Amino acid sequence: MKHYQKILIYGYGNPGRQDDGLGPMVAASIEKRADEFPDVEWDSNYQLNIEDAMNIRDYDAVIFADASLDCHEPFELYRLQPAKEITFTTHAMSAESVLALGQDIYGENPECYMLAIRGYEWEMGYEKLSDRAAANLDMALDFLVSLLTDDSPNAFADAIEASKVIKI
Amino acid sequence: MGRKITIEPVTRVEGHGKVTIQLDPQNNVTDSRLHIVEFRGFERFVQGRPYWEAPVLVQRLCGICPVSHHLAAAKALDVIVGVGPDGLTPTGEKMRRLMHYGQTFQSHALHFFHLVSPDLLFGIDSDPATRNVIGVAMKHPDLAVQGVMMRKFGQEIIRATAGKKIHGTGAIPGGINKNLSIEERDEFLKGADPLNIDKMIAWSQGALDFFKDFHSKNSDMLDNFAAFPSNHLSLVRKDGSLDLYHGVLRAVDSEGKKILDDVDYQDYLQYIGEEVKDWSYMKFPYMKSLGKRDGWYTVGPLARLNTCDFIDTPLAQKEFEAYKAYTNGKPSNASMHMHWARLIETLHAAEKMKDLLNDPDLQGDDRVVKGTKTNEGVGLLEAPRGTLFHHYRINDNDQIEMANLIVSTTNNNEPMNRAVNFVAKQQINGQSEVTEGMLNAVEVAIRAYDPCLSCATHALGKMPLELSLVDVDGNVIDQIRK
Repeated sequence: MKHYQKILIYGYGNPGRQDDGLGPMVAASIEKRADEFPDVEWDSNYQLNIEDAMNIRDYDAVIFADASLDCHEPFELYRLQPAKEITFTTHAMSAESVLALGQDIYGENPECYMLAIRGYEWEMGYEKLSDRAAANLDMALDFLVSLLTDDSPNAFADAIEASKVIKI
Repeated sequence: MGRKITIEPVTRVEGHGKVTIQLDPQNNVTDSRLHIVEFRGFERFVQGRPYWEAPVLVQRLCGICPVSHHLAAAKALDVIVGVGPDGLTPTGEKMRRLMHYGQTFQSHALHFFHLVSPDLLFGIDSDPATRNVIGVAMKHPDLAVQGVMMRKFGQEIIRATAGKKIHGTGAIPGGINKNLSIEERDEFLKGADPLNIDKMIAWSQGALDFFKDFHSKNSDMLDNFAAFPSNHLSLVRKDGSLDLYHGVLRAVDSEGKKILDDVDYQDYLQYIGEEVKDWSYMKFPYMKSLGKRDGWYTVGPLARLNTCDFIDTPLAQKEFEAYKAYTNGKPSNASMHMHWARLIETLHAAEKMKDLLNDPDLQGDDRVVKGTKTNEGVGLLEAPRGTLFHHYRINDNDQIEMANLIVSTTNNNEPMNRAVNFVAKQQINGQSEVTEGMLNAVEVAIRAYDPCLSCATHALGKMPLELSLVDVDGNVIDQIRK
């Protein structure tokens, strides 16, 4: 029996800014292999915002995927907790703030995780990952596919620990 | 010893705003400047690309208002493909309008519920830990839910009209590439409560009523905070109605006297110039007839209500009349009235969406018009934050050889600078201590214009803004990250 019945893979970032597109590329990759994951849905957007507190409610678990400046290389999986990290004028929210908003409005959230993939280049107008980020993405996708096909009850907890020690 | 207060971004790829307030030894403001980094490089990036790619390419500019860039580019290319700004099929124009009003609706709702309501509900100088949308959710959950739902409704309109949330392809040169199915239409018209258009109209009216009630109790602050004479510029429909998608350029001065009227925006270069100042990355647009010193202007919701003669939807028109009665028929020059105007436009956008959703032209199959190609075109529309200019010229190989964009935030460069200066002097002059509340007041003034400081890159680990208190020797006295 799988740990979660219905999972959302939610990649976010701007594909027009090099490695910032890592998150949407994760979602796009899962979409291409949709037949392999009947219980998994996907979505993507430029940024997270307040409506995502509602959008994630239909799932048992959500794996956000985003580019990171400083996570463990090549990627890292961790459990998200609600946190009020309000940015003031950029019209975007962190995943933690989305959870905090959802908790305040709806009282609960699905279990949420972040798949942070290390990126390096962020120039505008280049719809192509840097070579290093592309390599990290490949490894992260292999890791994610393995996780999604793992039926053991401790799959996510084990994956979190494993992601801390995987090396390029 | 004099001091300098700086609010600046950590890196060049996140928040691109920086405020510098120069203080003398007595804490009097001697100068202030708002710097916003603008990506002129993008205009070079599109050079050499096939012109038909532009409506998708320009969405890389901004993750906040990609639809506005998408549509402005498509409008410019309508001219290049020989269709002209008025030549679309009814299905083509109305689908674009639905996309645009959906964008405006969600953007305005987000701004009010996410960024403005915390200041109104908790006060400008309240604890930042609660003065945010999550604080609103805890204290006023009904209001927070409405904000979430209104934003989601607008986002779903965009998805249905643009095709997808990232790099939508709905608008193409000469028309659109999809219509709205009956099923999609009915979901918006008759969707389960609350995600249907009638609830959106009711909530828009409710948000406006909330603001008016707040205004009745706090009129002194809202009428006088960052209030200074300004020119105002926007598109209006040919007959003077508010129109966010298409029209002619009109500008009025602070008393309502027309400076520009009935101007075809294809000729904008005859009327609008852009000044470069050595301390700012962002240009300063001005009306050439008044010159660089006096020709600056405000764009956005307040400017639009100051330039138009009426609104063509009944509920918004009623609110427009009440607003105009309050300002004695004159333009409002109060920055905080921007919120009032924005909420009237939110109601208008909801009404327009309902009208469009009930229009059978949205199910039409005549989607694209072809004409005789030209080599140059200008596309203008009223983006949520104000007038947006896209101008392209192509070569004989159908490649873009010149692009010029004037975005809404650039148009508002000078008034935002003046707002910062006004509030800095009002709040900080002569005070022995500069508090977070004072600095937030400066941000409240900027926020009234809803500037887009984001360039849609947000990677984990970035902090959008850094606020530093620095003395004249460059020593950091205090620092706050937001």
